[in-house]
Amino acid sequence: MAGFDDVADVLEVTGSLDAPLDVRDGVDRETIETVTAMAGKYKYGWDTEIEMDFAPKGLSEDIVRLISAKNDEPEWMLEWRLAAYRRWLKMTEPRWAMVNYPDIDYQDIYYYAKPKSMAEKPKSLADVDPKLLATYAKLGIPLKEQALLAGVEAADQPRQVAVDAVFDSVSVGTTFKAELAKAGVIFCSISEAVREHPELVKKYIGSVVPPSDNFFATLNCAVFSDGSFVYIPEGVRCPMELSTYFRINAENTGQFERTLIIAEKGSYVSYLEGCTAPKRDTNQLHAAVVEIVIQEDAEVKYSTVQNWYPGDENGLGGIYNFVTKRADCRGDRARVMWTQVETGSAITWKYPSCILRGEGSQGEFYSIAIANNAQQADTGTKMIHLGKNTRSRIVSKGISAGRAQNTYRGLVSMHPKATNSRNYTQCDSLLIGDQCGAHTVPYIEVKNNSSRVEHEATTSKVDEDQLFYCRSRGMDEEEAVALVVNGFCKDVLQALPMEFAMEAQALVAISLEGSVG
Amino acid sequence: MAAPQAKLDALAARIAGLSFPVAGWLGAARADALDRLAAMGLPGKRDEYWRYTDPAALTGAVPLAAALFDESDEAVAFSGIDRVKLVFVNGVFDTAQSDDPALAGVEIEHLADAGAADIHWAREVYGVLETRGQTPVQRPLATLATAFATGGLLIRATGKAAKPVSLIYLQGSDTSDVILHHCIKVESGAELTLLENGNAAARLTMVMEVEVAAGGRFHHIRAQGRAHQRHAATHVFARLGAKALFKSFTVTANGALTRNDAVIELVGDDAVAHVAGAAVGDGAFHHDDTVFVTHQGLRCESRQVFKKVLKNGATGVFQGKILVKKGAQKTDGYQISQALLLDDDSQFLAKPELEIYADDVKCSHGSTSGAIDDTALFYLRSRGVPEKAAQSLLVLAFLAEAMAEIDDADIAEDIRARLESWLARHEH
Repeated sequence: MAGFDDVADVLEVTGSLDAPLDVRDGVDRETIETVTAMAGKYKYGWDTEIEMDFAPKGLSEDIVRLISAKNDEPEWMLEWRLAAYRRWLKMTEPRWAMVNYPDIDYQDIYYYAKPKSMAEKPKSLADVDPKLLATYAKLGIPLKEQALLAGVEAADQPRQVAVDAVFDSVSVGTTFKAELAKAGVIFCSISEAVREHPELVKKYIGSVVPPSDNFFATLNCAVFSDGSFVYIPEGVRCPMELSTYFRINAENTGQFERTLIIAEKGSYVSYLEGCTAPKRDTNQLHAAVVEIVIQEDAEVKYSTVQNWYPGDENGLGGIYNFVTKRADCRGDRARVMWTQVETGSAITWKYPSCILRGEGSQGEFYSIAIANNAQQADTGTKMIHLGKNTRSRIVSKGISAGRAQNTYRGLVSMHPKATNSRNYTQCDSLLIGDQCGAHTVPYIEVKNNSSRVEHEATTSKVDEDQLFYCRSRGMDEEEAVALVVNGFCKDVLQALPMEFAMEAQALVAISLEGSVG
Repeated sequence: MAAPQAKLDALAARIAGLSFPVAGWLGAARADALDRLAAMGLPGKRDEYWRYTDPAALTGAVPLAAALFDESDEAVAFSGIDRVKLVFVNGVFDTAQSDDPALAGVEIEHLADAGAADIHWAREVYGVLETRGQTPVQRPLATLATAFATGGLLIRATGKAAKPVSLIYLQGSDTSDVILHHCIKVESGAELTLLENGNAAARLTMVMEVEVAAGGRFHHIRAQGRAHQRHAATHVFARLGAKALFKSFTVTANGALTRNDAVIELVGDDAVAHVAGAAVGDGAFHHDDTVFVTHQGLRCESRQVFKKVLKNGATGVFQGKILVKKGAQKTDGYQISQALLLDDDSQFLAKPELEIYADDVKCSHGSTSGAIDDTALFYLRSRGVPEKAAQSLLVLAFLAEAMAEIDDADIAEDIRARLESWLARHEH
């Protein structure tokens, strides 16, 4: 294995834009036509020519130390990482999910890459590598308050969105800092938080997803490179939606994001996460951890649109997405809402969970998971009811097409002390074509009698009558399927913030492209 | 992959002192089972398939003692039904207490007698369906029964049976450890009703393999013994041909531990399989229904209906799965598991699964858990029904959907009366 000194700053500059597409899709027909015209090519499949600064491939204590040093971390953070790394060495990769993939060689992955131009930290967005900004523009990210606010701000108090963009492993630009600071909200990269707010990070990191949690989370603890940190002080309603766009860029670079959100008493925040990744032939590993701490009467909404590169029609390439997301409703009446639209990745392994500890706390999970071609998704949630009068609701819509396998896996657990609690679960699966699979694996554990738990699941195919009706109104088959599927997903789409809902709707159509006829 | 040493050690301890006759086709089938068993070992509580039920009492070298239980406070199960009684005491067939098997109008033979023959229909069934049922999930206790069964019947119906065949399992000692293995074949167009009841043993390990040929009809109604301390692991493996009908209903009242596996394959087109259960438990009661239904034929229908009423720390488990294989189009699969928890000490643990590889199907499952509906209780009381009677009424209503799976009205009435008397004895 290459030692630390062999680094020789590998520069990987490859590829170019293969299709100059317009960005930021609306839900209109034009989008669908555009994508159809691309005949199954992944829409965001380019990569940007930005110099990457790599650590050598493979994982060792040296790499962990390097990552920590590159982020200028204090000693305690490094120790925490090393402890996780040593624990990880003794763990085995979980294989219980209904996904098949070749063994991952953890020594054949880069654990650190950052855009070269970041060596000098930009003072403002103006200093940011213009190519980077152009990349974001292609992705339709309203990073520079550009499209989003320039055009809209004049109109009566538009909704604002702050973006903490993560390009590969380092947060390159955080907008709206001033306005957020005025409200007392801290929104920055986690590496910055480790330096600037060590007391908060130290107190909360690993308190929801402990370093011993699971193989991928432990790996993340050891090598997380960057991610977002959000702190909403007591009684503050975050003045805008917070948004992070992730984008894996360099080939063979695993991305290990770590997000920590803390909502103090009576506060509120809505957090958006969306991602796309460029087309590559080698599988890329992504093992993120998201921790959310919610105190008394606070509320957090976490919305995700996940559109990592799913691999080609034969399943070649594509992202392996092994994510641990968990919210801890620590205070009474705390509320959390996970909403996810999962359309990308070759493999998805993701179970955003709610620990309902506070009395009367509430967890919700709304999910759309679409698997097409050779994609495999095993996703769901865990609702762990510990406190009295807790409520949870799960609405999961799984869509399988092509040769894809889509599994809902969930846990609802009512502990003996969680009296008078309530859960409602609905998971519906839709099959498009006879080569795909849809599976439901719920675990239901009820240990008191005053709680009510209801679970229902259905599996069916796209309704012929509905399709026929759409066709008779002049739609082509693909449009008709997109419309019917969007209707099937309606319950979840409605739970998304406005701008995400639009994008998600378009994504649903795009993801199913090529699945009919 | 070799089984962990602990599982192999458990197996070695469990089968120490057990042996089987090696002659004939049956000896070969048993030897094959032993080979398979040696590769698997016995289940452990860390196995995913034993997530909610600790198999220790079923896998231990010796059974936990179960005191003989006096059931004379209610009528013997199925006593009002005209049937052919075949009695096992401690797993050994008791000719004196049994009726003449010939009266049933079907072929009935003992495992030990038939095993020596060169050619026998049971060769195509014994251990064969059980083996098929080992994929994708291992069921070593079934394999154990294939290898080491000390008794069992081979029943073959070639026409409509004259009477139901009623298997009665009497427990003769408080340490009895019984292993049984039955094979049943319902030939094309034939029909058979099989009844089972009794405590059987301190520990019972049992397999019943049922082959229902095209157009055959098989009804199975079982009343498991209510001895408080008994432990039982039962398995039903069924394979259905085209247009075959399979219906199985089990009522379980008490028992320290009951694990009922049902593994059903709908191979032919247009086959129908219904599996249902009603379990009522009070106190140290652990009841586990584990069902695996595989759809392979076209236009098949399956139903799983399981209801559990639990109190005083009773635990109810349901693990159900519908697997629809590629090409099994027009499948109609339904599964419901519900628990009524009468107090806070009881628990319900469920894993209702769907695994579907065909698109033109209609599959659904539901699972609920909760207490008696206060509004319904209030309504009945407002109509002058005393509280306890109102509660029993609501419990019976809750169980009704499962009871509806019994086709024969007299048998259904017998089961209903048993549940009612159980409720009367176990009122708050």
